[in-house]
Amino acid sequence: MREACDLVVIGAGPGGLAAACRAAEAGLDVLVLDAQPEPGGQVWRGEARKGTNRLARRWLSRFAASGARFRPGARVVAAPEPGLLLVEEGPSSLAVRYGRLVLATGARERFLPFPGWTLPGVLGVSGLQVLVKDGLPIRDRRVVLAGTGPLLLAAAATIHAHGGEVLLVAEQAPAARHWGFALQLWRYPDKLIQGAVLSAGLAGVRTATESWVLEARGERRLESVRMSVGGREEELACDYLGAAWGLVPNLELARLFGCEVSRGAVVVDDRMETRVPRIHAVGELLGIGGVDQALVTGEMAGLAASEQPVPDALVSAWRRVRVFAEALARHDAPRPELRRLATPQTLLCRCEDVPLSALEGCRDLREARLYARLGMGSCQGRTCGAAAEALFGWAAEDVRPPCLPARIGSLRLPPETPPTPKRAS
Amino acid sequence: MSAFDCIIVGGGIVGAALADVLCAEGLSVALVEARSIGAGTTACGMGHLVAMDDNAPELALTAWSVALWRELRDDLPMAVEYDACGTLWLATDEEELAAIAAKVASYRGAGVRAEVLDAAALREAEPALTPDLVGALRVPDDAVVYPPRAALHFARRAQQRGARLMPGCPVAELRPDGVVLENGEVLAAGHVVLAAGVASPRLCPDLPISPRKGHLLITQRGAPVVRHQLVELGYLKSAHGSDGASVAFNAQPRVTGQLLLGSSRQPGVGSAQVEPAILERMLKRAADFLPGLDALRALRVWTGLRPATPDGLPLLGRHPGKPWLWLACGHEGLGITTATGSAQLVADQLLGRASAIDARPYAPSRFEVLHA
Ligand SMILES: Cc1cc2nc3c(=O)[nH]c(=O)nc-3n(C[C@H](O)[C@H](O)[C@H](O)COP(=O)(O)OP(=O)(O)OC[C@H]3O[C@@H](n4cnc5c(N)ncnc54)[C@H](O)[C@@H]3O)c2cc1C
Ligand SMILES: Cc1cc2nc3c(=O)[nH]c(=O)nc-3n(C[C@H](O)[C@H](O)[C@H](O)COP(=O)(O)OP(=O)(O)OC[C@H]3O[C@@H](n4cnc5c(N)ncnc54)[C@H](O)[C@@H]3O)c2cc1C
Repeated sequence: MREACDLVVIGAGPGGLAAACRAAEAGLDVLVLDAQPEPGGQVWRGEARKGTNRLARRWLSRFAASGARFRPGARVVAAPEPGLLLVEEGPSSLAVRYGRLVLATGARERFLPFPGWTLPGVLGVSGLQVLVKDGLPIRDRRVVLAGTGPLLLAAAATIHAHGGEVLLVAEQAPAARHWGFALQLWRYPDKLIQGAVLSAGLAGVRTATESWVLEARGERRLESVRMSVGGREEELACDYLGAAWGLVPNLELARLFGCEVSRGAVVVDDRMETRVPRIHAVGELLGIGGVDQALVTGEMAGLAASEQPVPDALVSAWRRVRVFAEALARHDAPRPELRRLATPQTLLCRCEDVPLSALEGCRDLREARLYARLGMGSCQGRTCGAAAEALFGWAAEDVRPPCLPARIGSLRLPPETPPTPKRAS
Repeated sequence: MSAFDCIIVGGGIVGAALADVLCAEGLSVALVEARSIGAGTTACGMGHLVAMDDNAPELALTAWSVALWRELRDDLPMAVEYDACGTLWLATDEEELAAIAAKVASYRGAGVRAEVLDAAALREAEPALTPDLVGALRVPDDAVVYPPRAALHFARRAQQRGARLMPGCPVAELRPDGVVLENGEVLAAGHVVLAAGVASPRLCPDLPISPRKGHLLITQRGAPVVRHQLVELGYLKSAHGSDGASVAFNAQPRVTGQLLLGSSRQPGVGSAQVEPAILERMLKRAADFLPGLDALRALRVWTGLRPATPDGLPLLGRHPGKPWLWLACGHEGLGITTATGSAQLVADQLLGRASAIDARPYAPSRFEVLHA
């Protein structure tokens, strides 16, 4: 199958939706691709059906009215040449020709290895939250959460609201850094409201700063966790552990396109254009900044892609969200103790069963890959790459196609040249 | 200034295998590698240990080298993934089938076991292949390894025997009495061996070595698709594009259950990026042989640069114009296979003793340009 459009947007989270709305409203033929079955991305997952979040409702209906086309379940797997994407949709393959592109691929959780982290019952913090939102039975189940920042509290609030018994919310940041961050939130009105709502939702739940998981224990699945809580060890029997420390951007596609990446984020100008002409990047790709940043940068990219001026108000909003994002990055930075949790037997790469001890003598990610098969499996280092970077400071390697495992058929070039875009942009 | 009997420049499989052999002879050796052991072309190759009979010297070197690998097999760590899967050379028409008889004779003449499979036996041996094939030549003693770990194994064994491994040390200059590193450090040695693969001409510009790029694709782990290394017999005559690029069906079972798929050849191309048009030609060719190919899940596509010489044979021996310099480079698409034999040949010459096979066809002196 083939498609052509003026602008293609990869990712239908807030960043991609805002870009698509702005560009489609200006008359561009916009195509939005997302691997998920519905628009909304990570933060507005399920909102297309439930519609409880006001902001989500507003953007999702604006998107529906914008004229932009949406292809759910569409995984972008390769970008063989400028202006062409190869996409896998269930059993079929799709080639998309485009004039411009917006990358809005969001972020994933940062996992750090600790003994027992691969036991069933141990999940990410937001990952557990997503499962609960999607219907995982959690009522009266005992849950421990270990992580950092606002997403930790958001997950705790969701699980608590669904009847889960949250035994402990362990925030890794030192108390001073944590409260300093919380006190700064007054400068960001939307965030302050969220914070207040969150704390209200967490009444009666035990939270502790300077706390983290030491070990997950259990025979076949999780039975208990050993925690370090404010300098003291504690063992808690539980059914679920959510453990992850902040987010890292999904940079694979950006890297595949050759976009410049600096300090873990895609480099853009004030039109959200990357160093590769006609390719824009928005949202978490610019450094973790949450919904507000995704919406602001998405709008800016959509305006720029349709050659409209970017209003000053958006530019100053962009500056504000950057300040927040930088404060968030300082707050969420994993403390040194978290890099020392794994024992020699602890798996670092769960796809290829690579324990920490197998990396002895390796000097960089390439050696770890070649000698110990780190990141050679199905996820191609999505999880262990970020962990290795946090543990050893190893820089990421070049991305090779496909950017997600794909049927060989999906990597085949379309037989004839598809029609050129209806309107060049 | 430290002094070694021998400095080997380049820690690919060729340099590492040579270090191993020289240390076993009691020489003091430094293996000086710009980046990481086995991370150059060695990390990009397929690791097919294959007896090839395009010409007599090639057959002599590959057959002997495959036999040397087989002698090593019991000492190889699991991670080297030595797998004696054998090769099937696939015939697509009667003409290719007829050529098999001559090949059987030439293999057997070199002491390599070989047998003919008719269409029915081929179907039974490899049910995933298209039923249109008319037969195959089976070479049961060919094998497969995982090249970077094989190189690391040789290097570590050399290290245990006293070699100094120096990864992360690019050499800037070769001298009659040693080498100069990029950081200015000088290492002295009685002998200097250049084993820098496709980068060798950067240190010795007159070498007739040029890159020949290849593409590979690996699938996700799963049930094995094929059992032998499969190569089309027509690889030599397979269509050349206007750009001189050619593709041929080449499929390898990994012990992990993955399928490794090759291959393409682009003479003179030295860029690393994946070229979609070449990949497409390679996949199209592969799908002709494996009808179920498109449904397999691809994990990764990459490229590698073969160090090619004009006659396809490696340079093993003294540089005729710079007699102080030893060459062990230019192994094109067979360096994993011939690393074992090459190491022996160079070591024999360095130590001034006779070899098991005639070393003259690989002598660098065969190239006029090197005599200046
Ligand atoms: C598991 C998880 C849960 C989160 N929950 C919350 C929350 O409850 N509240 C909150 O404020 N923030 C949450 N966040 C933070 C979230 O990153 C931001 O709030 C916001 O969603 C970022 O918007 P975005 O548009 O940059 O990316 P996202 O919303 O992450 O959207 C990116 C989209 O791109 C798609 N995509 C990625 N790669 C491809 C590809 N190759 N092909 C096709 N599609 C692709 C993904 O399917 C995804 O839908 C969560 C993050 C994660 C990782
Ligand atoms: C796609 C493909 C498939 C292949 N399949 C097979 C196969 O199935 N079977 C087979 O037998 N062969 C195969 N080959 C060929 C094989 O990979 C090569 O012949 C072999 O790896 C060459 O080894 P080498 O040690 O000479 O070179 P390399 O592995 O490239 O080693 C040279 C080393 O020298 C180092 N170096 C370079 N410059 C300097 C310097 N200035 N100072 C210090 N160090 C330096 C490099 O970093 C490198 O590590 C294949 C090759 C390709 C590309």
